[in-house]
Amino acid sequence: MGGGFRRVYPENRPDHGGINKDEGLGESGARRPHVASLQQFGGLLESKRVYLHLLVNPYSCAINFAFRYIKRIGWQNQMKGSGMSSENKINTSMIDDLESGPWPSFVKDLKSLATKKPAVGQLLGQLNQSYEDRWNYWQGTVLNVDGYGGGVIARYSELAEKYPDIAQFHTIRIIPPAGWVYSTATLRELCDIWEKHSAGIIQLHGMTGDILLLGSDNKSTFDAAEELMEHGWDLGGSGAALRTLACCVGQARCEMALIDTMAIQTHITNTYISELHRPEFPYKYKFKISGCANDCACAMQRSDMPIIGTWRGPMQIDQAEVGKFVDGHGADFVIDNVITRCPTNCISLKDNQIEVDDDNCVRCMHCINVMHKALKPGKDRGATILIGGKRTLKIGDTMSSVLVPFMKLQTEEDWEKLTDLVERIWEFWGEHALEHERVGEFINRIGLGAFLDGVGLEPHPEMITAPRSNPYIKFEELAPGMLEGESGHDPAVVNEEVESMESTNS
Amino acid sequence: MARAKKMAPRDNGAPDYKKNLHPLMAKNYGKWSYHEKLRPGVLVHGAENGDRLYTVRAGSPRTLSVDKVRQICDIADKYCQGHLRFTSRANVEFLLANEADIDPLIKEVNETLGFPVGGTGHSISNIVHTQGWLHCNLPGTDAAGSVKALMDLLYEEFVTDDSLPARVKISASCCQINCGGQADISINLQHHHPPRIKPEGVGVCELPKVVAICPVAAIRPRQDETGKTTLEVVDEKCMYCGACHGQCPTMEIRDAKTDTLSIWLGGKTASTRKGPSFMRLAVWGLPNNTPRWPEVGAAVRKILDVYKQTGRPYERIGEWVDRIGWKRFFELTGFPFTKYHIDDSPLARSTFNTSSHVRL
Ligand code: HEM
Ligand code: SF4
Ligand code: SF4
Ligand code: SF4
Ligand code: SF4
Repeated sequence: MGGGFRRVYPENRPDHGGINKDEGLGESGARRPHVASLQQFGGLLESKRVYLHLLVNPYSCAINFAFRYIKRIGWQNQMKGSGMSSENKINTSMIDDLESGPWPSFVKDLKSLATKKPAVGQLLGQLNQSYEDRWNYWQGTVLNVDGYGGGVIARYSELAEKYPDIAQFHTIRIIPPAGWVYSTATLRELCDIWEKHSAGIIQLHGMTGDILLLGSDNKSTFDAAEELMEHGWDLGGSGAALRTLACCVGQARCEMALIDTMAIQTHITNTYISELHRPEFPYKYKFKISGCANDCACAMQRSDMPIIGTWRGPMQIDQAEVGKFVDGHGADFVIDNVITRCPTNCISLKDNQIEVDDDNCVRCMHCINVMHKALKPGKDRGATILIGGKRTLKIGDTMSSVLVPFMKLQTEEDWEKLTDLVERIWEFWGEHALEHERVGEFINRIGLGAFLDGVGLEPHPEMITAPRSNPYIKFEELAPGMLEGESGHDPAVVNEEVESMESTNS
Repeated sequence: MARAKKMAPRDNGAPDYKKNLHPLMAKNYGKWSYHEKLRPGVLVHGAENGDRLYTVRAGSPRTLSVDKVRQICDIADKYCQGHLRFTSRANVEFLLANEADIDPLIKEVNETLGFPVGGTGHSISNIVHTQGWLHCNLPGTDAAGSVKALMDLLYEEFVTDDSLPARVKISASCCQINCGGQADISINLQHHHPPRIKPEGVGVCELPKVVAICPVAAIRPRQDETGKTTLEVVDEKCMYCGACHGQCPTMEIRDAKTDTLSIWLGGKTASTRKGPSFMRLAVWGLPNNTPRWPEVGAAVRKILDVYKQTGRPYERIGEWVDRIGWKRFFELTGFPFTKYHIDDSPLARSTFNTSSHVRL
């Protein structure tokens, strides 16, 4: 890949969101220190000392300030009875109800933790207050460990007078081992470090996939991060950055896995660790990797770039096992639950034998899931790469759509094709997206056709379910200028109009 | 490798997964050939060479004390050769080399940890959720507590694997940013009026950003009496999405008196059969009733009852409603169908019935 990832993000793009600003990198006055060159980073980080910076940022401080003020005047009633500090006086009457019942209770567990960590008792007190008032008492800002533009979610309690030990009660996001498989030694190390520095709460895991460590203050966040990093752990992503990746268990324990999800996840994480730590994208970017269409990592709609294992060529069929299955379950079961459920009607049962029209099989995995001893994916394996999934915020949920129908991902050379594509996407999206615009929103705005031009991919019929029905089309090749020999022009990516709005309704 | 050298001295990257694998996982990596469900919550994976790795899946509350994590480790040290994993739905999976260890392990998981074993096959697995009142700055309701309350009600469906036509995945979201994902059943908080701008706070965030984040351009700058620039929201345009509240805390969108919960059905992320699908509004206006949200529990129970009676094997909730139709869904469940169920977004027409197909 030669010189590595070319950074073309506009240096002057405004900051993201009033959050996630790190002034801790020493560039006085620089509003976006995280776009500083890598050399600068290296130099700055040489000290090996990690500083934790409570946001020096004027906005965030102001948020805190203003909010304390607003709270006082606006929601005073919540503050009465303050000054309660001793643990036995903490009222948990409402959440006590959540200690009973068959499902394990986090309240019970945290109460026992509270016997040695008073902050946890106060946390429960505040939670109880929330239950009584149906109101939230956390303010959020971001706190940065030096050299990192994210990874810490800072929380300040609005009830700090009543619950002083949770005045600062932060979360550190930590990158887990791929597939969330642990040795107990790994987990115990994490527990020991975390208990030493904090209130000792661990969430396994956050929905992005991080290990979440809850309950450190401004200073201990710094100490814990330092010690965690000494032991080889690393902070997860937050803000307008690459996020911590997630993948299914894959080849470690699943016969369906068509790609090595854990290796690919680790490779992408380590290749782009800088993009993960230092927010410099228009907005967040998530990869999730599933070994097959069952998508145990929920990649399709929870990531900007799902990587889903698939295969080319014939499915493997063990007709002896088919025979056993049909004998065991009956032909009706197979017809009702396998044959008629195939989305493309490409599988049939004849004389207790399964036949698959492989050209029409869309690799949906259903028949294989039901008859997993008799049917297996084919041998020529790779992945489908999709783009643009996200959750609700702003434009509503989007599902990812096909970008590369098939890509081999078995070797490191194959992975380079993937990272090359990723870098082209980041360049194009980084240059042209609006602030706070996920790549799926960006594609909605500029059109998939323009996006393909921008990232240098050829259109492929597998990218769509049907061609457009809308006849208003700007054929570039047939435009008068082009016919008269003018050369092509760049895709109209800055055009804010969504030209193909109607066609999406078909 | 594309980039052997790390970008900065402290960039450790991801922990080495290979060091964490169970020995049987490492030995049979990429060489698994089948799996079987031995009983609810217990799987065995067979490798090409005949090795068998047993998995016992247990539901956890996700939010754990360090001591609880250590207890989990104690059990894994005793029976699992020191290895375990977590699922994307916060279940713990104990990995065992010896079949004989399954029963004693389950006993300890039940008794010491208090975790139920299940969540495999056609069950209701753990509920995907985020922080809620425990640790987010935006929530209108709780996450961990409402999940606990609901899982208490759905316990039987967790510990069995054949009580439902197909697996049912549930998610919970505590504001309209909806961190909980698409799911067969999703419980989401709903706001009911535009943000109330706290005038004292205006200016703490960069106003142009707050203006820019609104998806429907409902926020605009305004000069107040003193000539200071502040913001106003055009009420008719605002769709109460809360995007501005995430951007700036002065755009207070929550309201303890009016926020409600709604239930959405039919989200699916797997590409199995007809592929992924979005969830759809089914029930709205349920009260945000702490500490156990009984109205939400009752509505979920009603949906599950009807699904159990009329769903076909391997038919996820979305596929089931597609087959029987929403008309029949509302009939069978007794939930009212209202004008609010009809989409009014730019994509609305794609959800209209543009055929003469009706169920009479
Ligand atoms: C600091 C508190 C948090 C805030 C303010 C926050 C904010 C958001 C926002 C704004 C979105 C919507 C993004 C979009 O669609 O454009 C989102 C989605 C999401 N968040 Fe968070 N989040 C927070 C904490 C977390 C945590 C702790 C996790 C788990 C590690 C998490 C996991 C997710 C997931 C899985 C989604 C949906 C998937 C997606 O669209 O990317 N969030 N969050
Ligand atoms: S997504 Fe496929 S390969 Fe991955 S764990 Fe699920 S079934 Fe196995
Ligand atoms: S994998 Fe899916 S599409 Fe292919 S034959 Fe089986 S059911 Fe049909
Ligand atoms: S759904 Fe909203 S309130 Fe709940 S954790 Fe996510 S951002 Fe916070
Ligand atoms: S709630 Fe949503 S629609 Fe209303 S003003 Fe805020 S961002 Fe705009």
